[in-house]
Amino acid sequence: MANQKLFVSSHAPYWHNGSSLSMKSYNIMLAALPAVLMGIYQYGPPALGVVALSVSTAMIWELIMNYVTKRPASIGDGNAAVIGLLMAMLLPASTPWWTVLIGTFLAVVVGKQIFGGIGCNPLNPVLVAIAIILLSWKGLLDFDEALVNYDLGFEVMVYPLAALKHLGTSVVLNYSVGDLLMGQYAGAIGSTFGIGLIIGGIYLILRGMIRWEISISFLAGVFVTAFFFNIADSEKYAAPLFHLLTGYTLIGAFFLATEDSSSPVNFVPMLIYGACAGFLTVLIRNIGAFVDGAVFAILMMNIANPLLDKIRPKPLRKGIKHA
Amino acid sequence: MIKKPFFGLGKPKLQYSGINNIEGKDLKEIPPSTRVTLMHKSPGGELGELVLSIGDEVRTGQKLNLREMGEEYLTSTATGTITDISHTTEYTGQTFTSVSIEAKSKDLWDDEFEKTGKDAAPENALTFLSSLPGISDLSSLIEIDNPLNTIIINGLDRDLLVATNQIIVKTMAEHLSEGIEYLKKITGVSRFIFVVPPSLRVEAEQSGAEVEVIEPVYPDATPGLLMKRILDNPVPPSRTFEDLGVAFINPEAVVALRTAFVEGKLPVTKVLTVIDKDNKLTCIKARIGTPVRDILSALNIDVSHGDRLVFGGPMSGQSVYSEDMPILHDTDAIMVQDKDQVNPSGNDPCINCGECVRVCPAKIPVNMLIRLLENGLYEEAAQEYDLLSCVECGLCSYVCEMRIPISHYIMLGKHELPLTEGLEESNG
Repeated sequence: MANQKLFVSSHAPYWHNGSSLSMKSYNIMLAALPAVLMGIYQYGPPALGVVALSVSTAMIWELIMNYVTKRPASIGDGNAAVIGLLMAMLLPASTPWWTVLIGTFLAVVVGKQIFGGIGCNPLNPVLVAIAIILLSWKGLLDFDEALVNYDLGFEVMVYPLAALKHLGTSVVLNYSVGDLLMGQYAGAIGSTFGIGLIIGGIYLILRGMIRWEISISFLAGVFVTAFFFNIADSEKYAAPLFHLLTGYTLIGAFFLATEDSSSPVNFVPMLIYGACAGFLTVLIRNIGAFVDGAVFAILMMNIANPLLDKIRPKPLRKGIKHA
Repeated sequence: MIKKPFFGLGKPKLQYSGINNIEGKDLKEIPPSTRVTLMHKSPGGELGELVLSIGDEVRTGQKLNLREMGEEYLTSTATGTITDISHTTEYTGQTFTSVSIEAKSKDLWDDEFEKTGKDAAPENALTFLSSLPGISDLSSLIEIDNPLNTIIINGLDRDLLVATNQIIVKTMAEHLSEGIEYLKKITGVSRFIFVVPPSLRVEAEQSGAEVEVIEPVYPDATPGLLMKRILDNPVPPSRTFEDLGVAFINPEAVVALRTAFVEGKLPVTKVLTVIDKDNKLTCIKARIGTPVRDILSALNIDVSHGDRLVFGGPMSGQSVYSEDMPILHDTDAIMVQDKDQVNPSGNDPCINCGECVRVCPAKIPVNMLIRLLENGLYEEAAQEYDLLSCVECGLCSYVCEMRIPISHYIMLGKHELPLTEGLEESNG
């Protein structure tokens, strides 16, 4: 039949709720902006340089890998840009350009692309890169050493967790909760402005972009563990609130532990994953060798993720013996 | 199309709200078409010679035996001449015999049923009423070997936006109780459960059946979920509802049964919901076998290249290729979707966001299942990740961020699984 109309045919359903990966990526970047802008405001052009270089090189690495693996260009989905942005947020403003370049290479290529690209990475790509840098160039992520030439007029221009580690709980008194929330201390570009990170995190949770179970249980894990350490020996171990507001805790809870591919999806596993990551964070901080434990704690739980996700509800019609 | 709300923390809230969106409660009658096509689902196995031939004269309501052997038959819905007989295969591999009739303007009613089959007995129902509007195979309800104990009448529809069942309950409540009496006689079943949304409770209570009121939240009215919810008796994956003595029927089929026995004429019209491009609903009444083209032109709905034409609703319907496709006994709705609203599926892999896992009413680990299905590992999918627990609601594809056609993969897996198992058996 010549005048036959051609219809588009496909399988049900014919509706979609409109969500997409690019939408999610842009929202994550939007939620991260307050903390990033605060970092740029505090540290000026060098911080802006690190952020810009990190985002752009992450996207370039992604494009190169698309080309090498002969896959369609995937930088449009925004995931590489998110990796770049989160990477920059964890670095100090004085990070040299080559570290940023290597960092994004480690994140995008080693952390994500060699496993097969998005969705296939067993570990959080950003944390893989940070962990390698932390182990390879120790001084670069020592914020006191890295930011030695900065004086931003804060009361204490010292990284709180390092101070706690080396000088004991007496230093905790130097930081007021307000200062910690407002990012009035030395630290990474995008992980010191507590209020900004909390607002961003709540925005993502309300929009359904990240899973609240992971964020909340992570924070609860940090709080409870730090609380027990604190009541066991308050001379030696800092109060739980101090642990909640310093280091990578907040950015970890809302932006790192919640990375889709490396975190569980069922309810109970999400709670265990978050709580254990929080527990390990404080454990490493209080009795481990490293100043901050969030990076390794989340990576450890990433590894446990496939096993945790085996805990799942009984599906409909499964295991029925009668009839 | 219902999009995700700006603040979307929980699951999507989709409701079977069909009936509230219909202006007026009248059914618009579609004038009889000049050409009707009747389709019959072929049973498997050896098929005998066709006894129908091109040029045969048929009457409205006439029983048309298809083959010399076997008991397959069609009910003519028009008076006229057979112009074409053909065999078509659906994409799932199911074959159909389709018979086209050039209809005359005046209906002449066949009287065989009135003379010989009007008594409400199981044999007569099998001989004349195997397919009624609203049900394509009534014979499954008349099980001699394994009699049913419960029939569930579903007063909610199969899909969103569809209002066919609801409008029947609303407007033909008085016929339902009589229909249920006839159904009792032919099936011998004593327990009838009538599932309705709260707004139709009064109408359902007139029917004399047990009434079960459920909130109209999609996909709670899917048979698999109703079994669990109402009878607390979910069906094991390898068995059917009939194995457990339960069957589902639409209110329309109950009313049609009553019409047949009271009036002595085989029912030939079907109630449908037509969903246009702006999701506006119209409830219509049309002859079974009417081509979609005639229904759309009677309602002034334009379709063009690149649009999508669906039999059924937005979540579980089946898209059709041609406007010549006739409406069938179980076509409850026709949906027209504009080409701007057609969502292409994506090619990207799963990112493990878990939306599908949280939305799945059968609690299937869809994130793991899809990885196996994409690689054709159907047996592992069935054994470890509950492929056969799926109730086919389509919500997983609806929420998928990467737009993976998950629902399609699941249906393919369900279709392929018995084939691979059969292959293994034959290989020893």
